[in-house]
Amino acid sequence: MTRPKSFVSIAGLSREDILRLIAMAAEAEREPNRTVLQGRIVATLFFEPSTRTRLSFETAANRLGAKVIGFSDPKVTSSTKGETLNDTIRMVSNYADVIVMRHYLEGAALYASEIADKPVINAGDGAHQHPTQTMLDLYSIHKTQGRLDDLDICLVGDLKYGRTVHSLIQAMRHFRPRFHFVAPRELAMPEVYKQQLRGWGIPFEEHTELDAAAIGQADILYMTRVQRERFQDLAEYEKVKNLYVLRAQMLGAARPNMKILHPLPRVNEIAYDVDDTPFAYYFKQAENGLYMREAIICDVLGESL
Amino acid sequence: MQKTPNQELLVAAIKDGTVIDHIPSSRIFDVVNLLGLQGLASAVVVGCNLESGQMGKKSIIKVADKFFTPDEVDRLSVVAPGATLSIIRNYDVVEKHQVRLPETLRGIIRCDNPVCISNNEPMPTRFHVKDNATVRCHYCEHEQRLEKVEIV
Repeated sequence: MTRPKSFVSIAGLSREDILRLIAMAAEAEREPNRTVLQGRIVATLFFEPSTRTRLSFETAANRLGAKVIGFSDPKVTSSTKGETLNDTIRMVSNYADVIVMRHYLEGAALYASEIADKPVINAGDGAHQHPTQTMLDLYSIHKTQGRLDDLDICLVGDLKYGRTVHSLIQAMRHFRPRFHFVAPRELAMPEVYKQQLRGWGIPFEEHTELDAAAIGQADILYMTRVQRERFQDLAEYEKVKNLYVLRAQMLGAARPNMKILHPLPRVNEIAYDVDDTPFAYYFKQAENGLYMREAIICDVLGESL
Repeated sequence: MQKTPNQELLVAAIKDGTVIDHIPSSRIFDVVNLLGLQGLASAVVVGCNLESGQMGKKSIIKVADKFFTPDEVDRLSVVAPGATLSIIRNYDVVEKHQVRLPETLRGIIRCDNPVCISNNEPMPTRFHVKDNATVRCHYCEHEQRLEKVEIV
């Protein structure tokens, strides 16, 4: 049986796929309110709460003219009664035209896409993948720089556990980037990803300090949270936590085209005085998620924008 | 290498069945368990720590009146990649081949990632064989060393 087109992972996307989705997102942004999905039903199944992602998907579906069903809290579903994911997905497949799923287990989205006879969109599967986040990052980069090719991308903070930075690296491999990694030793980019980069012939440099030199050579400064719970030695955390706080005064040597991205929510890694600089882009980045999700929902349903 | 008389005795011929040769001695009982040989009614000869030119020490299993299914051979390949399988009919070796890891292992080994969907849902596991030493979970993409895998 041929499976419907799902969107569960970044790995399988080609350069052309990425550019096509970016073009569709730009079209969605030009005219966000459409009737292209009138009469269709989008199911949002959130087995793990994520208000920001769910609202973004539901807004996207509504703006495309679709109706939305689903749940935002797994406590109200049969999974608490022991229903398998398999059964839930088969049941929802009978009702909806597309399933948007967030799950706390890794690989859940891929599994659901193998069962469902409707397209599945991965809205995050544990610490594994969150491909729509990566696509909205790419859309934000493209929109602010006018291209994806040949950019200097500086990734800052938790590069060890941060799934967004790992997916971003994977997606950017098609576009000849130069990476700069800024992280404490405990949270450095894992060797497996560095090996991949070497295999693709993509240059990268590693730094332990977020300073003017690192900032000055970036087109994109991608900030992530350094989380206290990731450190075995709390003294070590205390030592590094303020090294990765971006402040407006550090942006003096930044390139004029430089933009700061952050998957949000931020805690203290970007000081509030950065918000008013022309470099801050993280709130606009979140808004871009709406247009990219409109594009992805349409794409899996075979609709172009 | 010249076989010792003792070794000749251990590997005594069977009329019909299968000989699994070149099993690493450390995995011999894993192979017995994996293939459920202890439950067979027919004759089973298990020889451990035999001299081997290629391997130093090897183990061998002879099973009368038993011909393994492709699925059983895939299971065998996980614990004894490189073992040799000989099909015996009427005392003659009618087929002989080396066990090779397939590209995909379905329902044979367990993922070592506790938060993988395959450990939390009644579903067959699925792994891609990366090289002869590493497998990657199809679902969560965690990689495991083959010598450490747990059989389902």
